[in-house]
Amino acid sequence: MIRLIIIILSVIFYPNLLSAQNKITIGLQMEPPNLDPTAGAASDIDEVVYGNIFEGLVRIDQYGKIQSGLALSWDISKDGRSYVFHLAEGVKFHDGTDFDAYDVKFSFNRARAKNSTNAKKYIFKPIVMIDVFDSFTIMITLDHARSDFLFNIGLGDAVIVGEESAANNVYNPVGTGPFKFKRWIRGERIELIANDQYWGGAVWLERVTFKFITDPLSAYTAMMAGDIDAFPNYPAPENLFLFEIDPTFDVIVGLTAGETILSTNNKSAPFDNILVRRAMAYAINRQEIIDGAMFGNAVPIGSHFAPDHPYYVDLTALYTQNLTKARALLKEAGYEQGFTASLKLPPPIYARRTGELIAYQLAKIGIDLKIENMEWAQWIDQVLRHKNYDLTIVSHVEPMDIVIYANPNYYFGYDNKDFQKIIDDIDHSNDKAQTEKLYQEAQRKIADDAVNGYLFQLGKYGVWKKNLMGMWRNYPIRANVLRDVYFAEAQ
Amino acid sequence: MGAYLFKRTLSLIITLIVASIVIFIMIEVVPGDPAAFMMGLSDNTEAANAVRTELGLDASAWQRYFTWIFGMTSGDFGISYTYRIPVSELIGQRLLVSVPLTLYSLILSTMIAIPVGIIAASRRGSFVDTVLMGLAQVGVAVPNFWFAIILVLFFSTSLGWFSAGGFLGWDAGFFQGLKALTLPAISLALPQAAILSRIMRSSILDVMDEDYIRTARAKGLSKNQALIDHGLRNAMIPVLTILGLQFSFLLAGGIIIESIFSLPGLGRLVFQSIAQRDLIVVKSIVTLLVFAVVMITFFVDMCYALVDPRLREGAQK
Repeated sequence: MIRLIIIILSVIFYPNLLSAQNKITIGLQMEPPNLDPTAGAASDIDEVVYGNIFEGLVRIDQYGKIQSGLALSWDISKDGRSYVFHLAEGVKFHDGTDFDAYDVKFSFNRARAKNSTNAKKYIFKPIVMIDVFDSFTIMITLDHARSDFLFNIGLGDAVIVGEESAANNVYNPVGTGPFKFKRWIRGERIELIANDQYWGGAVWLERVTFKFITDPLSAYTAMMAGDIDAFPNYPAPENLFLFEIDPTFDVIVGLTAGETILSTNNKSAPFDNILVRRAMAYAINRQEIIDGAMFGNAVPIGSHFAPDHPYYVDLTALYTQNLTKARALLKEAGYEQGFTASLKLPPPIYARRTGELIAYQLAKIGIDLKIENMEWAQWIDQVLRHKNYDLTIVSHVEPMDIVIYANPNYYFGYDNKDFQKIIDDIDHSNDKAQTEKLYQEAQRKIADDAVNGYLFQLGKYGVWKKNLMGMWRNYPIRANVLRDVYFAEAQ
Repeated sequence: MGAYLFKRTLSLIITLIVASIVIFIMIEVVPGDPAAFMMGLSDNTEAANAVRTELGLDASAWQRYFTWIFGMTSGDFGISYTYRIPVSELIGQRLLVSVPLTLYSLILSTMIAIPVGIIAASRRGSFVDTVLMGLAQVGVAVPNFWFAIILVLFFSTSLGWFSAGGFLGWDAGFFQGLKALTLPAISLALPQAAILSRIMRSSILDVMDEDYIRTARAKGLSKNQALIDHGLRNAMIPVLTILGLQFSFLLAGGIIIESIFSLPGLGRLVFQSIAQRDLIVVKSIVTLLVFAVVMITFFVDMCYALVDPRLREGAQK
């Protein structure tokens, strides 16, 4: 009898003793504005829905590799123009409707329509034809071979949505993924539950809660109080050591696709002068910035490319701090006395801290920077849209975004025909070895021209309970895919 | 009384119209475009234009002003640019957190402040008075976010009695909700209680010098009896005025405490909407707050008129 009581009591008070934990609470710093990854650029949307609620034809894994998704396999024609996708059968959307080739056609047509609000419409621009062969076979024909098409349709912007539910995805997302949307307490949390009918098999977790904690200190206390099981990207690198010394947590410093750069207005004087930009490159000490601003937790970069990508070339040695050289270059450019310029900083802490160090380093060669702190909306308006700036610091978090340098109207104002030619060649490339070579050439070109100051790759600071398995180490794209995440039994 | 009421109502309506125009203009001139914000760093003006059309941002300023005002009078506050749900729903959810939190902390602060004020006043100059007022001084000086963090570190991370933040909504149970609001309410109440107890004390001391208290004492009442029977009600008037001010302040002013405890309150909504240029939400909340403050003042004015006959007569002349 007493035994029975003890068992009952222990079940009531310690339900975890009986089964491995199947609920998870994940902390995120930013709340998504809405839940439709195909409308708006917020990577905060992907952090909740990518691979959890929505799936694409292919998916990108934590190493940035392309894996099969709703398309189980695909054939690419010899000329690289046509893709035939063989789709998974028996897949249902969360509202019970069936998934088939017509949903793919609908999703892609919706994304490339005239009134589409898709932030990456360019993904769909090359599509000239979409032919549905049968319910589970679809052919997509492009204008010409595109080396990046398959990767691009793995992004959150290209997930497959249902015709019946697409319009409401902003607040009631309906996808094919392993988790279903349950509710959203705005400003506080989003809850998902496991999709019993998931075509890809059962998942470990039953309930998922994303909790939004803006304040870094509150993130710390919430972890310590046990409210949060995982912070996939902990907002304060200076606090990481507090978790490192705690035996209940794992701290995994991985990489994001975020190149943090000193963006330079190449159209405005004196930055239109390559000598000035090179002088600045020689004045910058990356390690000092990484140590000071990121507490050592970041990887230096020498160009605009993710260091964990197979096509990466290490160009950090191209310019290393050399003040004599920097001063000589400035003198050659006619700025022996230095000059004054503005440095407009957006709100993230990495930008503000890096900004102060940059101002300190450039002051050594006589460049006097006036720091202006701005909020995002202001920054987007002044810097990004109206290009009314000299220098700024920002992390470009989109994967493989070196292509932005080919747009002369982008806010860098870098208009270089040779570079544009390289990107155009990449676009047309149908050969892996050649694509790799071209990407490397592109990295060298912008580094050599010192278009921007290349500082460091933003780290991903994962902090989670030791027995939590399967969390993404890196952020090749912003996503917290939970399909293979589970809690190991407590020892 | 009728004429007074009419006059007050008229000035109430004029105030609201003027406020709505000022708010609208101020928000119009704020730099930054909600559609561009949504597109982030992506290089895509076409999609930003599509968003602008979708949100109705390409209409003229006049058109937008009148749609907003007429919508609001019929309870339609429009659709939030970022969340894409009705603004009224969004604000309603936040009020369910902010109003109870405000009331909770005001109740706590009155429960502390009134006894403290009375004790300190009745033992004016004593050791107890010095200690209590010293503590009140500290309470005013201590920043409430620091106090909040100390509370979290102690009660959540060390003792594990409370969760470190968050609010599950009232459907998770009344006491669950109350529990989630307890630490934030205490942090908000501390400085308010400190201010209030100082006011309570000085207000009682003022009242105790009045003639009617002397009369009551002369009648044979003890000092405490005179205070409780005659003094307290009069001493409460300035305290109530301060409480009214604190209410409107706390309603949207608890933003730091809200972020420390990750509470989905009104203050954070305003702040976030400003940052994301969800201007329709900003406009609506600010107008709502103006409306609330004006209504409270209106209500207080009515009460004054009820107790003070001179006001009514003056209006009738």
